[in-house]
Amino acid sequence: MSMNREGRPTRPEGAGEGAPPTFTGNRALMLEEPLIFEMDEADGCGVDFDILPGTGRGTARSAVEGGERSERGDAGPLHQPSAGPPPRSGEDKLADLLRNRPIGLPGLSEPQTVRHYTRLSRQNYAIDLGLFPLGSCTMKHNPRLCERMARLPGFADIHPLQPVDTVQGALEAIDELAGWLVTLTGMHSVAMSPKAGAHGELCGLLAIRAALEARGDAREVVLVPESAHGTNPATAAFAGYRVESIPADARGRVDLAALEARLGPDVAAVMITNPNTCGLFEPDMIAISAAVHSAGGLVYCDGANFNAIVGRVRPGDLGIDAMHINLHKTFSTPHGGGGPGAGPVVFSKTLTPFAPLPFVERQDDRFVLVEEENAGEHHGSSFGRMVAFHGQMGMFSRALAYILSHGADGLRQVSGDAVLNANYILRSLDGVLDAPFGASGPCMHEALFSDKGFAEGLSTIDLAKALIDEGFHPMTMYFPLVVHGAMLVEPTETESKAALDQFIGAMRSVAERAKAGDESLKAAPVYAPRRRLDETQAARKPVLAWKPPRQSEAAE
Amino acid sequence: MRYLPLADADRSEMLRTIGASSVDDLFRDVPEAARLTGQIRELPDHASEMAVERKLSAMARRNLAAGDAPFFLGCGAYRHHIPASVDHLIQRGEFLTSYTPYQPEIAQGTLQALFEFQTQVARLYGCDVANASMYDGSTACWEAIGMARRITRRSKAILSAGLHPHYVSVAKTMARFTGDTLATELPELAAGTDIQRLIEGIDQETSCVVVQYPDILGRIADLSDLAERCHAAGALLVAVVTEPVALGLIRSPGEMGADIVVGEGQSIGVGLNFGGPYVGLFATRDKYVRQMPGRLAGETVDAEGKRGFVLTLSTREQHIRREKATSNICTNSGLCALAFTIHMTLLGEKGLRRLAEINHARACAAAERLARVPGVALVNDGFFNEFTLRLPREARPVVRAMAEKGVLGGVSLGRLYPGAEALENGLVVAVTETGTDEDVEALAAALEEALA
Repeated sequence: MSMNREGRPTRPEGAGEGAPPTFTGNRALMLEEPLIFEMDEADGCGVDFDILPGTGRGTARSAVEGGERSERGDAGPLHQPSAGPPPRSGEDKLADLLRNRPIGLPGLSEPQTVRHYTRLSRQNYAIDLGLFPLGSCTMKHNPRLCERMARLPGFADIHPLQPVDTVQGALEAIDELAGWLVTLTGMHSVAMSPKAGAHGELCGLLAIRAALEARGDAREVVLVPESAHGTNPATAAFAGYRVESIPADARGRVDLAALEARLGPDVAAVMITNPNTCGLFEPDMIAISAAVHSAGGLVYCDGANFNAIVGRVRPGDLGIDAMHINLHKTFSTPHGGGGPGAGPVVFSKTLTPFAPLPFVERQDDRFVLVEEENAGEHHGSSFGRMVAFHGQMGMFSRALAYILSHGADGLRQVSGDAVLNANYILRSLDGVLDAPFGASGPCMHEALFSDKGFAEGLSTIDLAKALIDEGFHPMTMYFPLVVHGAMLVEPTETESKAALDQFIGAMRSVAERAKAGDESLKAAPVYAPRRRLDETQAARKPVLAWKPPRQSEAAE
Repeated sequence: MRYLPLADADRSEMLRTIGASSVDDLFRDVPEAARLTGQIRELPDHASEMAVERKLSAMARRNLAAGDAPFFLGCGAYRHHIPASVDHLIQRGEFLTSYTPYQPEIAQGTLQALFEFQTQVARLYGCDVANASMYDGSTACWEAIGMARRITRRSKAILSAGLHPHYVSVAKTMARFTGDTLATELPELAAGTDIQRLIEGIDQETSCVVVQYPDILGRIADLSDLAERCHAAGALLVAVVTEPVALGLIRSPGEMGADIVVGEGQSIGVGLNFGGPYVGLFATRDKYVRQMPGRLAGETVDAEGKRGFVLTLSTREQHIRREKATSNICTNSGLCALAFTIHMTLLGEKGLRRLAEINHARACAAAERLARVPGVALVNDGFFNEFTLRLPREARPVVRAMAEKGVLGGVSLGRLYPGAEALENGLVVAVTETGTDEDVEALAAALEEALA
């Protein structure tokens, strides 16, 4: 008997079910946080300014409030002013457009701001906290070297319209990254400006359309597999095409015979994800490309899953005409809670003349930007500009740092380990979960399961929410649409075997509960900052901006 | 390889579990003809942190950073001071390494920040509702034209000559494929905006008029009359704001009757980044929300009745609606939106107004000083922090000559409108709180020297 035992409990008395509510609503490290609009001192400010020219006091005379003196303004000038006085009403150049009512923007001091957003951050799951197996999204570790490189003033603090002779290093970085992307994909050229994967898809389809129109044969239909990302049909429709589905075969691949039967003079392009969204390589890809080409169409590849094959397969060898590369997936620029990403598009020789502006070109020892004015001689067929300026420089510097760090050998190891990890999960779980295509051989970078065998009333979402309680981010749910209750698990190559084993253990546990009809799954998650949220109410009575309580009550 | 945790022993053990002989064996679905047997030879092997840092730092040093020179460029991207805490907070792993909040129970941090962002943007723009961000201002502008088409069921958009030429180019590219008709003209190097011409151009086929405020030459004009005329003809007014700091001092487009207000949010929190990533802002009236593109965070309650936030109205979006979606956008500019929100929270209304006043005061002083350079004239009557100078000769070589002397003196209209002779003497100068009196003097001297 330990002498410390008495009067000093070493384990909690209960699981917290009967624990009394706290005064604050907080639960130790789980801290509730109001909106900035609700905070008591929301008319503060967390920024001090340099003294204004000519006032000698470090305060801005408020044109709106007629010379209100700042409480913070006398801290002392950082440099002495010499120019004229600040504008007063009537003396400004604002063309009588001076704001005459408040905006309603709350302000907080720096400590309050830091605490507010730090508290919010702690209500998020993240790769830095644990395995984040969101299939198709490629949530791998984000190297911090890449963050440091992107913040070098020579990359971060340059203006897109600076004279090109003052940004040669930036253009060189873009050109070097472009070279790697072309080499790794075995394609002919790359358009760097698209801002994200879906924007890249649009870039590819617009190039395809421009090429077909140049032949005088625009065509009307784009074929998209049922298993495709939603962005594919949305993009095709945006580019002015009618979308038709391609069926899958029993092995989760494109049904080549059905595709061939549908091809014809009205089909502009086929959009194929390879590896596909079931996590499988399309073994007939070369034959698919040949069939599409011989019917006069072009092949777009959704490159969201390029991370599975980088360094091992070059899409150029598969007959692909255009493919976007999500730098935030394959080359691990951070996902940032929903972007920014970057979606450069590699092109075949056929499509290269139609690629968008601008792009970087090396001319002798100098890098130039090819834009509207100088595209004429050798790039006159470009379909035009997709975005202001030149693309996601901040992502380019990160991706280049990632690529240089890994090198040709490391990138080959990246795809190898990603596929190894996914197959390890597939084979460790296919005894407890239904793996609809498990029998057809190895998967690529992600493992797909269905909810077959779950007890009546329990579904994929219940398993997913129980995984939250186990300390994991759930996998992608109910996608791809071709599998009932789909669970798409992408572990990525940056997980250790120990992390995978723990995840596999948790998956087995929740899967067995789902099969056994454990109704408590319906209540999961119980340990997260919030229980299940009412999405129906959110959509039926949308509240999309904060309003003062009285106003929102009156609206009801 | 420092980023890959598996050891060879792990790999062997895992292959045993899988029942495969090697990692290469897992790639057996790849046609033999397309399988690379070894690593790509044209590319170098992996490198240490130090080696990568050395190489990229050398590249970065070959650029003239804005902070190392008197700097006066604007035209859609502005240099403002960003408080240190902004970058610290967005680098917290819980923000940086999370994703689109598909699982709201463990993404309340991102969702609440987005809800704050939406509210800030809506208020700044004078609108009811804003989305959770677009890629940038130029794509947001195009999306607004598409949204106006869906709402009005008309497809003729009239673009102001003062709209950023890159934004016009993007719209033209897209219109070629969607069948929209765009009426565009080149701007005139004069003080007046083209509002009267826009009003005269509105007819029963017009879906929307798109006007930038302040415009590409820095000019500002009241949009109220234009809004009324649009509405009388059943068209929408789309206002584009590339410098959000301006709205700390001048009236918002929403307040003047704009139906959709879009723009670039880069000025607040994001930085120059050579053009990207930036953050597109998109706001409108409540009644049009179901035609809006992009993600939306909305308020709701959880199973215990506690307030929480979710992504909502997703039936507009590609992952549900597929080819019938309002846009194909998926990943947007989440982390830049967070930076915007944190910077805006630090500023608050007081700070934003002060910042805007300082920008305007500095721009007024600079305009007055630069107009005294022999041969140089100020084009604008009204402006916020950016104005256009008429030089006695072509501005583009002048800008290059000043850059050789280490002064980044503005954007020549020749760069933006190559071949437009009537504009080639124009130089657009932006002056923010980062430009000191000494910088303005350096610009005046460089300009005088280059023109001599």
